[in-house]
Amino acid sequence: MCESKFLGYSGHRLLKPLIRKNGTLVEVPFKEALVKAAEVLAEADYPLLYGWSSTSCEATRVGIELAEEVGGVIDNTSTVCHGPSVLGIQDVGISSCTLGQIRHRADLVIYWGSNPWSAHPRHIERYTTLSEGKFERSEWRSYVTKTKAATARKKVESALRQVSPKKKFPIPSTPVERGPCPAILKAGRKLIVIDVRKTRTAEIADYFIQVEPNKDYELLQAFRALIRDQEIETDKVAGVPVEYLEDVSDAMIGCNFGVIFFGLGLTMSKGKSRNVDAALRLARDLNARTKFVIMPMRGHFNVSGADTVFLWQTGYPYAVDFSSGYPRYNPGETSAIDVLLRKESDAALVIGSDPVSNFPRKAAEHLVNNPLIAIDPHMNATSQMADIVFPSAFVGIETSGTAYRMDHVPLPLKKVVEPPRGVLPDEEILRRLLLEVRKVKKRKKAQAEVK
Amino acid sequence: MELLVKNGFVYDPLNGVNGEKMDIAVRDGKIVESVNERRARKINASGMAVMPGGVDIHTHIAGSEVNTGRLLRPEDHFRDFESKTSVTRAGVGRSIPSTFTTGYRYARMGYTTIMNPSMPPLEAKHTHEELNDTPMLDKASYPLLGNWWFVLEYLAQGKIKECARHIAWIMSSTKGYAIKIVNPGGLEAWGFGHNVKGLDDQVPYFCTTPREIIRGLCKANKLLNLPHTIHVHANNLGKPGNYTTTLETLKCVEDLATEDKPVIHLTHCQFSAFKGDDWRTLESGAEEIANYMNGHSHATMDMGQVIFTDTTTMTADGPFQYALYGLTGNKWVNHDVETETSGGIVPFRYHRKSYVHAVQWSIGLELALLIKDPWRIFMTTDHPNGGPFTSYPKIIAWLISKKAREASLKRINARARSRSLLPSMDRELSLYEIATVTRAGQARALGLKNKGHLGVGADADIAVYNVNPETTDISRKYRTVRRAFRRAAYTVKGGELVVKDGAILKHVDGHTMWLDVKVSEPARITGDMKRRFKDYWTVEYENYPVNEDHLKGLDPITVKARV
Repeated sequence: MCESKFLGYSGHRLLKPLIRKNGTLVEVPFKEALVKAAEVLAEADYPLLYGWSSTSCEATRVGIELAEEVGGVIDNTSTVCHGPSVLGIQDVGISSCTLGQIRHRADLVIYWGSNPWSAHPRHIERYTTLSEGKFERSEWRSYVTKTKAATARKKVESALRQVSPKKKFPIPSTPVERGPCPAILKAGRKLIVIDVRKTRTAEIADYFIQVEPNKDYELLQAFRALIRDQEIETDKVAGVPVEYLEDVSDAMIGCNFGVIFFGLGLTMSKGKSRNVDAALRLARDLNARTKFVIMPMRGHFNVSGADTVFLWQTGYPYAVDFSSGYPRYNPGETSAIDVLLRKESDAALVIGSDPVSNFPRKAAEHLVNNPLIAIDPHMNATSQMADIVFPSAFVGIETSGTAYRMDHVPLPLKKVVEPPRGVLPDEEILRRLLLEVRKVKKRKKAQAEVK
Repeated sequence: MELLVKNGFVYDPLNGVNGEKMDIAVRDGKIVESVNERRARKINASGMAVMPGGVDIHTHIAGSEVNTGRLLRPEDHFRDFESKTSVTRAGVGRSIPSTFTTGYRYARMGYTTIMNPSMPPLEAKHTHEELNDTPMLDKASYPLLGNWWFVLEYLAQGKIKECARHIAWIMSSTKGYAIKIVNPGGLEAWGFGHNVKGLDDQVPYFCTTPREIIRGLCKANKLLNLPHTIHVHANNLGKPGNYTTTLETLKCVEDLATEDKPVIHLTHCQFSAFKGDDWRTLESGAEEIANYMNGHSHATMDMGQVIFTDTTTMTADGPFQYALYGLTGNKWVNHDVETETSGGIVPFRYHRKSYVHAVQWSIGLELALLIKDPWRIFMTTDHPNGGPFTSYPKIIAWLISKKAREASLKRINARARSRSLLPSMDRELSLYEIATVTRAGQARALGLKNKGHLGVGADADIAVYNVNPETTDISRKYRTVRRAFRRAAYTVKGGELVVKDGAILKHVDGHTMWLDVKVSEPARITGDMKRRFKDYWTVEYENYPVNEDHLKGLDPITVKARV
């Protein structure tokens, strides 16, 4: 975690439970908010419980029990990021490993539709080309050289601009002339980036392939053909000359241990799960020639953990519907956005997430039109629109727990400081909510019997 | 709380009780001499068989591998689910049930103790979190150590004592129970997509061989006085002709045995008992292995029986799983864990009419029937590799009844049938022997002092099955027995009645057993060690051990080591 994120955790904090009264959120005692929230959930026919990726596994465990108790649908943020990866894996399987394996062994690292330099800042340094492994060395020297060269080039350009400000100096991108590409033939670790634009990661890569937007599927299938030694009878695939692709596929076959990391560039562009499907098949097919693995670049710090807990308790990774009394899974039907767009849910609990700001507008509208409970350490768009808000402690800073790294290695989260007075951890809030829901249901049952 | 199981026919092989009519008294979760008959809750077991709660020595029910299996197979869950009730949680799954369902299903069959056999130390916390959510059972896990870099390095240098101290440390830091070895050396080679082919192949980059790994860990196991032996998944598993490797594996630790005590457990032996040059000429190697077992006393085994059904194969043996993907073309998951192990998952269907699958089915039963001593061959399916654990009653029927075997033989592949040894075998296990292969023998092999028997002081884990040995000819009426074992009449867990007529009465949490190994000189975590740790793993040394704060029901067993 970077320092600013860690040390800036206490900004925009929520400190007291809030309830919407006459249109405005007012501070109330915890008990009042708890009873109100429990009534909302117990009375709802089909509540939606969403979020879970920024809290501890312990909280998620209680959350699933709560969903089971109220017969709702429970979904985590995978549904809007790596959900398609899950669908791909369920079709094809996945050849994967933990990150240390890559650090020790990978001599070919491909980032496809992901930009770790900006989005996973420590990833390259800790686990891939800039890390020291038992069998492979760090490539930091070549990185330094490259950065120096880039800086020098930029200086020259700006100097030239100063000399004659009107004249445009084209920045040479992919070399037009065909010759052996030294980077692809070099010994040691190779970094290849495939993306629709030249990202920060691409700048330090040994080889960059700029794929036309929404053409990833074609490119993946072209690679699949090439690694089977099939000829491709066009000049370009997805805007990339086939000769370049042949270079890269040779590098794929020739490496000792290769890895593809893929991000939302693959999962959320046209084709979605089909793209992932093709990528997984590519990695799988490469195992006939060498050792090859593939790994999704996950987003939220504990989204893997949420998937993991969902799986062991319900058998499914996300989008689980308990309305029939048993877990049911059908993404596209039981996933959060679809439930909202069909206007089926009649209440919602959102924890550690901000769907109001990032869901499609229609879905967000239905979310706020019904009773909405938010559990979050911060004031965000969702908690501002909510009817009941519980402030919660930061897991990993103010409370301990467990999180799963994106390669499914469990890590303990430690408590560093005390949470503000009266602020409870997610797990505790949910546990009390569950007890309260049971009480409300029991009371109602008794009332129904009297009648 | 007091409980009295009255008038049952008791089968308690560890105490030599063979079908005697007697009462079992329970107080505060333990079996006692007697209780106040008026006050105690009575369970009428007259006309029923009473056994200790079942013990499963090898079943994959929790951990990263199992969970990835769940991820891979929604189709396995769609057709089998259980709704929430007032006492139980909801769940799904046939071959890889969710955690709650796993616990309930075991309890319904009268099982109360299970061993989860493959836990990558790096992901131990995950395994324990799942076990935490697996109710009704006491459980333990075996950390995978056969390809752990520290072990390989120590053994290459011949430092057995240092290795043993490190294993003591790993047992307590991963909360493990026994040393699990999977395809020694082969998984390390799989890191670059290779494998080892025999006991004397070099492990790439590590100057050691599978033979040295097995022998070294066997010696370390003895130095540490661990209750269970080394738990070995042999090299070349699932390859035609591998029975020779299996015999060599057993032979290589022959000289380390003392006083007739076992020093090695060879797990899911069926997958390691193939004779022949390729799949076409595959034959059973059960006879050779059984002959060896009957002549030696230093080894125990479990069956790894195949059931004709759709299941999910999952082992830490990455190269084997890749080969299985090659054979089937089914979806395939590979999961290598840095410096420790690998893993793979492939959905698989065993067909009656497939020659190879039918031979495999036959091998498992041949092993169980040809090995004379039921204390050294145990009943498992290597769940879910050979079939889900819910098929155990079927295997019991095959073991107790020649008629049941013949009924199944009629329906399998004709060529496999003509080569099977089963038609020539008349042996039928008695209920006493069934109690041995399903609980007593496994508990003894595991060194569990309070499990698998009904003597005074034992944990009050009791299973009552509705089969009357006096009036039922179990060999002829195998269907009755199968039914009885599918749904226990009563299951008592930790002194509480939790199942009646196959229905869960109460959701109880079990314990997780682990070894707290006391060594005279604990492995010192020096600066050098920490540095190596940082070099090898991508987690900090401090984050590696399983911390106990978030786990409930941990039950340490203290072991005093000789080192």
